[in-house]
Amino acid sequence: MSIAEQTRTAPAGTWHADTVHSSVAFEVPYAVATFGGEVPDFEASLVDGVLTGVARIASIAVKDENLKAHLTSPEFFDAERHPEVRFVSNGFRADGDSVELPGEITIKGITRPVTLEGTIVGPAVDHFGKNRVGLKLSTTVDRTAFDITWNMPLPNGEPALSNDVTLKADLTFVGE
Amino acid sequence: MRVLAVSGSVRRDSYNTSLLRALAEEAPAGVEIVLWDGLKEIPPYDQDEDLTPGPETVEELRTVLRSADAIVFATPEYNSSIPGALKNALDWASRPAGQSATRNKPVAVIGASAGAFGAVWAQAELRKVLGAMQARVVDVELAVGHAHEKFDEQGALIDGTVRQALRDALLAVVADATTTAPEVAVAA
Repeated sequence: MSIAEQTRTAPAGTWHADTVHSSVAFEVPYAVATFGGEVPDFEASLVDGVLTGVARIASIAVKDENLKAHLTSPEFFDAERHPEVRFVSNGFRADGDSVELPGEITIKGITRPVTLEGTIVGPAVDHFGKNRVGLKLSTTVDRTAFDITWNMPLPNGEPALSNDVTLKADLTFVGE
Repeated sequence: MRVLAVSGSVRRDSYNTSLLRALAEEAPAGVEIVLWDGLKEIPPYDQDEDLTPGPETVEELRTVLRSADAIVFATPEYNSSIPGALKNALDWASRPAGQSATRNKPVAVIGASAGAFGAVWAQAELRKVLGAMQARVVDVELAVGHAHEKFDEQGALIDGTVRQALRDALLAVVADATTTAPEVAVAA
Protein backbone atom coordinates (compact mmCIF):
# COMPACT_ATOMS: atom_id res chain seq x y z
CA MET A 1 0.00 0.00 0.00
CA SER A 2 1.42 3.38 -0.94
CA ILE A 3 1.65 6.31 1.45
CA ALA A 4 -0.97 8.13 -0.61
CA GLU A 5 -3.47 5.35 -0.08
CA GLN A 6 -2.71 5.26 3.63
CA THR A 7 -3.61 8.93 4.08
CA ARG A 8 -7.04 9.02 2.53
CA THR A 9 -8.41 9.22 6.06
CA ALA A 10 -7.01 11.23 8.91
CA PRO A 11 -4.30 9.52 10.94
CA ALA A 12 -5.94 7.86 13.92
CA GLY A 13 -4.75 8.41 17.47
CA THR A 14 -2.96 11.29 19.14
CA TRP A 15 -0.07 13.16 17.56
CA HIS A 16 1.87 16.15 18.87
CA ALA A 17 3.86 18.59 16.79
CA ASP A 18 7.62 18.32 17.06
CA THR A 19 7.92 22.10 17.19
CA VAL A 20 11.67 22.12 16.64
CA HIS A 21 11.11 20.65 13.22
CA SER A 22 7.92 22.58 12.48
CA SER A 23 7.10 26.19 11.72
CA VAL A 24 4.19 28.59 11.75
CA ALA A 25 4.65 31.59 9.54
CA PHE A 26 2.93 34.35 7.59
CA GLU A 27 3.54 36.15 4.31
CA VAL A 28 1.99 39.37 3.10
CA PRO A 29 2.63 41.45 -0.02
CA TYR A 30 4.23 44.73 1.06
CA ALA A 31 4.94 47.57 -1.40
CA VAL A 32 6.76 45.76 -4.22
CA ALA A 33 7.54 42.36 -2.71
CA THR A 34 6.45 39.85 -0.10
CA PHE A 35 7.37 40.22 3.55
CA GLY A 36 7.06 37.48 6.13
CA GLY A 37 7.78 36.31 9.62
CA GLU A 38 7.36 33.39 11.98
CA VAL A 39 5.59 32.73 15.24
CA PRO A 40 8.02 30.29 16.86
CA ASP A 41 6.13 29.78 20.13
CA PHE A 42 3.28 27.46 19.14
CA GLU A 43 1.76 24.09 19.91
CA ALA A 44 -0.20 21.77 17.66
CA SER A 45 -1.83 18.42 18.07
CA LEU A 46 -3.73 16.03 15.86
CA VAL A 47 -6.20 13.91 17.79
CA ASP A 48 -8.23 11.44 15.75
CA GLY A 49 -8.04 13.77 12.79
CA VAL A 50 -8.82 17.02 14.65
CA LEU A 51 -6.00 19.52 14.27
CA THR A 52 -5.66 22.09 17.04
CA GLY A 53 -2.99 24.78 16.90
CA VAL A 54 -2.17 27.72 19.13
CA ALA A 55 0.47 30.32 18.30
CA ARG A 56 1.53 32.95 20.84
CA ILE A 57 1.86 36.30 19.13
CA ALA A 58 4.30 37.73 21.69
CA SER A 59 6.92 35.48 20.12
CA ILE A 60 6.45 36.86 16.61
CA ALA A 61 9.83 36.92 14.92
CA VAL A 62 10.71 39.56 12.34
CA LYS A 63 14.03 41.22 11.60
CA ASP A 64 13.48 44.53 13.37
CA GLU A 65 12.47 45.15 16.98
CA ASN A 66 10.44 48.24 16.04
CA LEU A 67 8.47 46.15 13.58
CA LYS A 68 7.92 43.45 16.19
CA ALA A 69 6.67 46.08 18.62
CA HIS A 70 4.32 47.43 15.95
CA LEU A 71 2.99 43.99 15.00
CA THR A 72 2.18 43.14 18.62
CA SER A 73 0.58 46.55 19.22
CA PRO A 74 -3.15 47.39 19.02
CA GLU A 75 -2.74 48.45 15.35
CA PHE A 76 -1.98 44.85 14.44
CA PHE A 77 -2.43 41.72 16.60
CA ASP A 78 -2.99 43.52 19.94
CA ALA A 79 -1.03 40.82 21.76
CA GLU A 80 -1.86 42.33 25.11
CA ARG A 81 -5.57 41.61 24.81
CA HIS A 82 -5.38 38.79 22.29
CA PRO A 83 -2.18 36.88 23.01
CA GLU A 84 -2.99 33.83 20.86
CA VAL A 85 -3.95 32.87 17.35
CA ARG A 86 -5.86 29.60 17.41
CA PHE A 87 -7.06 27.10 14.82
CA VAL A 88 -9.32 24.10 15.38
CA SER A 89 -10.31 21.88 12.48
CA ASN A 90 -13.74 20.40 12.08
CA GLY A 91 -13.14 18.17 9.08
CA PHE A 92 -10.45 16.30 7.20
CA ARG A 93 -10.55 15.68 3.48
CA ALA A 94 -7.79 13.87 1.65
CA ASP A 95 -7.24 13.05 -1.99
CA GLY A 96 -3.98 11.22 -2.40
CA ASP A 97 -1.45 13.37 -0.60
CA SER A 98 -3.56 16.50 -0.92
CA VAL A 99 -5.53 17.51 2.17
CA GLU A 100 -8.08 20.10 3.16
CA LEU A 101 -8.81 20.88 6.78
CA PRO A 102 -11.84 23.10 7.23
CA GLY A 103 -12.09 24.70 10.64
CA GLU A 104 -12.20 27.93 12.56
CA ILE A 105 -9.39 30.38 13.12
CA THR A 106 -9.33 33.00 15.86
CA ILE A 107 -7.21 36.09 15.33
CA LYS A 108 -7.44 39.18 17.54
CA GLY A 109 -10.41 37.62 19.32
CA ILE A 110 -12.42 37.20 16.11
CA THR A 111 -13.31 33.67 15.01
CA ARG A 112 -14.03 32.89 11.37
CA PRO A 113 -14.26 29.76 9.23
CA VAL A 114 -11.25 28.96 7.11
CA THR A 115 -9.93 25.96 5.20
CA LEU A 116 -6.29 24.98 5.42
CA GLU A 117 -5.02 23.30 2.28
CA GLY A 118 -1.86 21.39 1.60
CA THR A 119 -0.24 18.02 1.67
CA ILE A 120 0.23 15.13 4.04
CA VAL A 121 3.16 12.74 4.23
CA GLY A 122 3.14 9.54 6.28
CA PRO A 123 2.57 8.09 8.73
CA ALA A 124 6.10 6.84 8.40
CA VAL A 125 8.65 5.49 10.86
CA ASP A 126 11.54 7.86 11.51
CA HIS A 127 15.20 7.11 12.23
CA PHE A 128 14.42 6.75 15.95
CA GLY A 129 11.60 4.29 15.38
CA LYS A 130 8.84 6.84 16.05
CA ASN A 131 5.79 7.29 13.88
CA ARG A 132 5.68 10.63 12.14
CA VAL A 133 3.16 12.46 10.03
CA GLY A 134 3.89 15.63 8.11
CA LEU A 135 1.31 18.28 7.29
CA LYS A 136 2.22 21.25 5.13
CA LEU A 137 -0.72 23.64 5.21
CA SER A 138 -1.59 27.15 4.18
CA THR A 139 -4.51 29.46 3.73
CA THR A 140 -5.06 33.08 2.82
CA VAL A 141 -7.18 35.34 5.01
CA ASP A 142 -8.35 38.91 4.68
CA ARG A 143 -6.71 40.51 7.72
CA THR A 144 -9.29 43.30 7.83
CA ALA A 145 -11.92 40.65 8.71
CA PHE A 146 -9.94 40.23 11.93
CA ASP A 147 -9.76 43.96 12.68
CA ILE A 148 -6.16 44.28 11.49
CA THR A 149 -6.66 47.29 9.30
CA TRP A 150 -3.39 49.26 9.43
CA ASN A 151 -2.17 50.63 6.13
CA MET A 152 -0.18 53.45 4.60
CA PRO A 153 -0.65 54.82 1.11
CA LEU A 154 2.20 54.59 -1.38
CA PRO A 155 2.95 57.74 -3.42
CA ASN A 156 0.84 56.27 -6.23
CA GLY A 157 -2.14 56.09 -3.88
CA GLU A 158 -2.13 52.32 -3.58
CA PRO A 159 -1.99 50.81 -0.07
CA ALA A 160 1.46 49.65 1.03
CA LEU A 161 0.28 46.50 2.75
CA SER A 162 -2.00 43.88 1.23
CA ASN A 163 -5.14 42.86 3.06
CA ASP A 164 -4.62 39.24 1.99
CA VAL A 165 -2.19 37.43 4.27
CA THR A 166 -1.00 33.88 3.70
CA LEU A 167 -0.72 31.78 6.86
CA LYS A 168 1.55 28.77 6.67
CA ALA A 169 2.08 25.82 8.96
CA ASP A 170 4.71 23.22 8.20
CA LEU A 171 4.11 20.63 10.89
CA THR A 172 5.86 17.42 11.84
CA PHE A 173 3.76 15.29 14.17
CA VAL A 174 5.03 12.47 16.33
CA GLY A 175 2.62 9.74 17.42
CA GLU A 176 2.07 8.97 21.07
CA MET B 1 -7.92 55.94 37.69
CA ARG B 2 -5.64 58.70 36.47
CA VAL B 3 -6.23 60.25 33.06
CA LEU B 4 -3.41 62.43 31.79
CA ALA B 5 -4.52 65.43 29.73
CA VAL B 6 -1.99 66.72 27.20
CA SER B 7 -2.52 69.96 25.31
CA GLY B 8 -0.69 70.46 22.04
CA SER B 9 -0.59 74.20 22.61
CA VAL B 10 1.68 76.13 24.97
CA ARG B 11 -0.25 79.40 24.57
CA ARG B 12 -1.40 80.78 27.92
CA ASP B 13 -5.06 81.14 26.86
CA SER B 14 -5.07 78.10 24.57
CA TYR B 15 -8.50 76.82 23.55
CA ASN B 16 -7.17 73.28 23.68
CA THR B 17 -5.87 73.69 27.22
CA SER B 18 -9.22 75.25 28.15
CA LEU B 19 -10.95 72.26 26.57
CA LEU B 20 -8.95 69.92 28.79
CA ARG B 21 -9.80 72.01 31.88
CA ALA B 22 -13.45 71.57 30.97
CA LEU B 23 -12.81 67.86 30.52
CA ALA B 24 -11.50 67.75 34.10
CA GLU B 25 -14.77 69.29 35.29
CA GLU B 26 -16.61 66.35 33.76
CA ALA B 27 -14.53 63.66 35.49
CA PRO B 28 -16.77 60.98 37.01
CA ALA B 29 -16.18 59.67 40.51
CA GLY B 30 -12.97 57.70 40.75
CA VAL B 31 -11.36 59.43 37.77
CA GLU B 32 -8.65 62.01 38.32
CA ILE B 33 -7.66 64.23 35.40
CA VAL B 34 -4.10 65.50 35.56
CA LEU B 35 -3.11 68.26 33.15
CA TRP B 36 0.48 67.95 31.93
CA ASP B 37 2.07 71.33 31.33
CA GLY B 38 5.68 70.45 30.59
CA LEU B 39 5.57 70.78 26.81
CA LYS B 40 7.67 73.95 26.71
CA GLU B 41 10.46 72.28 28.65
CA ILE B 42 11.06 69.42 26.20
CA PRO B 43 14.24 69.91 24.15
CA PRO B 44 14.35 69.22 20.42
CA TYR B 45 14.70 65.51 19.76
CA ASP B 46 18.35 64.64 19.28
CA GLN B 47 19.52 61.07 18.89
CA ASP B 48 22.87 62.09 20.37
CA GLU B 49 21.01 62.90 23.61
CA ASP B 50 18.74 59.87 23.35
CA LEU B 51 20.53 57.93 26.08
CA THR B 52 19.36 56.07 29.16
CA PRO B 53 18.36 58.09 31.04
CA GLY B 54 17.39 60.81 28.60
CA PRO B 55 17.11 64.53 29.43
CA GLU B 56 15.43 65.13 32.79
CA THR B 57 12.27 66.72 31.39
CA VAL B 58 11.94 63.88 28.87
CA GLU B 59 12.20 61.25 31.60
CA GLU B 60 9.53 63.15 33.55
CA LEU B 61 7.28 63.05 30.49
CA ARG B 62 7.86 59.31 29.97
CA THR B 63 7.06 58.69 33.64
CA VAL B 64 3.77 60.62 33.59
CA LEU B 65 2.73 58.92 30.37
CA ARG B 66 3.56 55.43 31.66
CA SER B 67 1.88 55.98 35.03
CA ALA B 68 -1.36 57.24 33.47
CA ASP B 69 -4.21 54.79 32.98
CA ALA B 70 -5.30 56.70 29.89
CA ILE B 71 -4.35 59.87 28.03
CA VAL B 72 -6.47 62.52 26.33
CA PHE B 73 -4.72 64.75 23.81
CA ALA B 74 -6.23 68.05 22.71
CA THR B 75 -4.44 69.47 19.73
CA PRO B 76 -4.60 72.63 17.68
CA GLU B 77 -3.72 72.49 14.00
CA TYR B 78 -0.72 74.27 12.52
CA ASN B 79 -0.41 74.19 8.74
CA SER B 80 -2.82 71.27 8.47
CA SER B 81 -0.87 69.15 10.93
CA ILE B 82 0.30 68.46 14.49
CA PRO B 83 2.07 71.34 16.28
CA GLY B 84 5.82 70.76 16.14
CA ALA B 85 6.29 70.95 19.91
CA LEU B 86 3.76 68.18 20.52
CA LYS B 87 5.17 65.96 17.78
CA ASN B 88 8.65 66.53 19.17
CA ALA B 89 7.58 65.49 22.67
CA LEU B 90 5.95 62.35 21.27
CA ASP B 91 9.09 61.49 19.32
CA TRP B 92 10.99 61.46 22.63
CA ALA B 93 8.20 59.47 24.31
CA SER B 94 8.30 56.80 21.60
CA ARG B 95 11.88 55.91 22.50
CA PRO B 96 13.74 53.63 23.24
CA ALA B 97 12.70 51.56 20.25
CA GLY B 98 9.99 49.07 21.12
CA GLN B 99 9.48 50.62 24.57
CA SER B 100 7.23 53.53 23.70
CA ALA B 101 5.83 55.24 26.81
CA THR B 102 2.38 55.05 25.22
CA ARG B 103 2.54 51.33 24.38
CA ASN B 104 -0.88 49.73 24.95
CA LYS B 105 -2.10 52.93 26.58
CA PRO B 106 -5.70 53.90 25.83
CA VAL B 107 -5.57 57.34 24.22
CA ALA B 108 -8.19 59.71 22.85
CA VAL B 109 -7.60 62.66 20.55
CA ILE B 110 -9.76 65.77 20.53
CA GLY B 111 -9.06 69.24 19.24
CA ALA B 112 -10.20 72.83 18.94
CA SER B 113 -9.47 75.59 16.47
CA ALA B 114 -10.69 79.10 15.77
CA GLY B 115 -11.54 78.00 12.23
CA ALA B 116 -14.51 75.93 11.17
CA PHE B 117 -12.99 72.46 11.22
CA GLY B 118 -11.77 71.95 14.77
CA ALA B 119 -8.28 70.71 13.91
CA VAL B 120 -9.55 67.55 12.20
CA TRP B 121 -6.42 67.07 10.08
CA ALA B 122 -4.09 67.50 13.03
CA GLN B 123 -6.24 65.07 14.99
CA ALA B 124 -6.09 62.47 12.21
CA GLU B 125 -2.32 62.78 12.01
CA LEU B 126 -1.98 62.59 15.78
CA ARG B 127 -4.01 59.37 15.82
CA LYS B 128 -1.70 57.97 13.16
CA VAL B 129 1.38 58.93 15.17
CA LEU B 130 -0.04 57.46 18.38
CA GLY B 131 -0.86 54.21 16.55
CA ALA B 132 2.74 54.00 15.40
CA MET B 133 3.69 54.59 19.04
CA GLN B 134 1.72 51.42 19.85
CA ALA B 135 -0.98 53.23 21.78
CA ARG B 136 -4.55 51.96 21.92
CA VAL B 137 -6.27 54.71 19.95
CA VAL B 138 -9.87 54.88 21.15
CA ASP B 139 -12.54 55.68 18.58
CA VAL B 140 -13.42 59.17 19.79
CA GLU B 141 -14.23 62.19 17.61
CA LEU B 142 -14.51 65.71 18.93
CA ALA B 143 -13.63 68.62 16.67
CA VAL B 144 -14.47 71.97 18.24
CA GLY B 145 -14.60 74.58 15.48
CA HIS B 146 -15.07 78.33 16.01
CA ALA B 147 -13.54 77.80 19.43
CA HIS B 148 -13.63 81.53 20.27
CA GLU B 149 -17.43 81.22 20.41
CA LYS B 150 -17.36 78.21 22.74
CA PHE B 151 -15.40 79.73 25.64
CA ASP B 152 -15.89 82.89 27.69
CA GLU B 153 -13.15 85.45 28.36
CA GLN B 154 -11.92 83.46 31.35
CA GLY B 155 -11.55 80.33 29.19
CA ALA B 156 -14.58 78.56 30.64
CA LEU B 157 -16.52 76.31 28.27
CA ILE B 158 -19.96 77.77 27.66
CA ASP B 159 -21.24 75.37 24.99
CA GLY B 160 -23.45 72.58 26.31
CA THR B 161 -23.13 70.40 23.21
CA VAL B 162 -19.35 70.45 23.41
CA ARG B 163 -19.52 69.72 27.13
CA GLN B 164 -21.68 66.65 26.51
CA ALA B 165 -19.30 65.47 23.77
CA LEU B 166 -16.37 65.91 26.16
CA ARG B 167 -18.15 63.79 28.74
CA ASP B 168 -18.79 61.09 26.13
CA ALA B 169 -15.16 61.16 24.98
CA LEU B 170 -13.91 60.83 28.53
CA LEU B 171 -16.26 57.95 29.30
CA ALA B 172 -15.14 56.15 26.14
CA VAL B 173 -11.46 56.31 27.03
CA VAL B 174 -12.14 55.43 30.68
CA ALA B 175 -14.21 52.43 29.58
CA ASP B 176 -11.38 51.24 27.38
CA ALA B 177 -8.84 51.70 30.17
CA THR B 178 -10.90 49.61 32.56
CA THR B 179 -10.74 46.64 30.17
CA THR B 180 -6.99 46.84 29.59
CA ALA B 181 -5.28 43.62 30.63
CA PRO B 182 -1.77 43.53 32.09
CA GLU B 183 0.87 43.96 29.44
CA VAL B 184 2.29 40.83 27.86
CA ALA B 185 6.05 40.76 28.06
CA VAL B 186 7.58 41.23 24.63
CA ALA B 187 11.13 40.05 24.29
CA ALA B 188 13.24 42.60 22.45
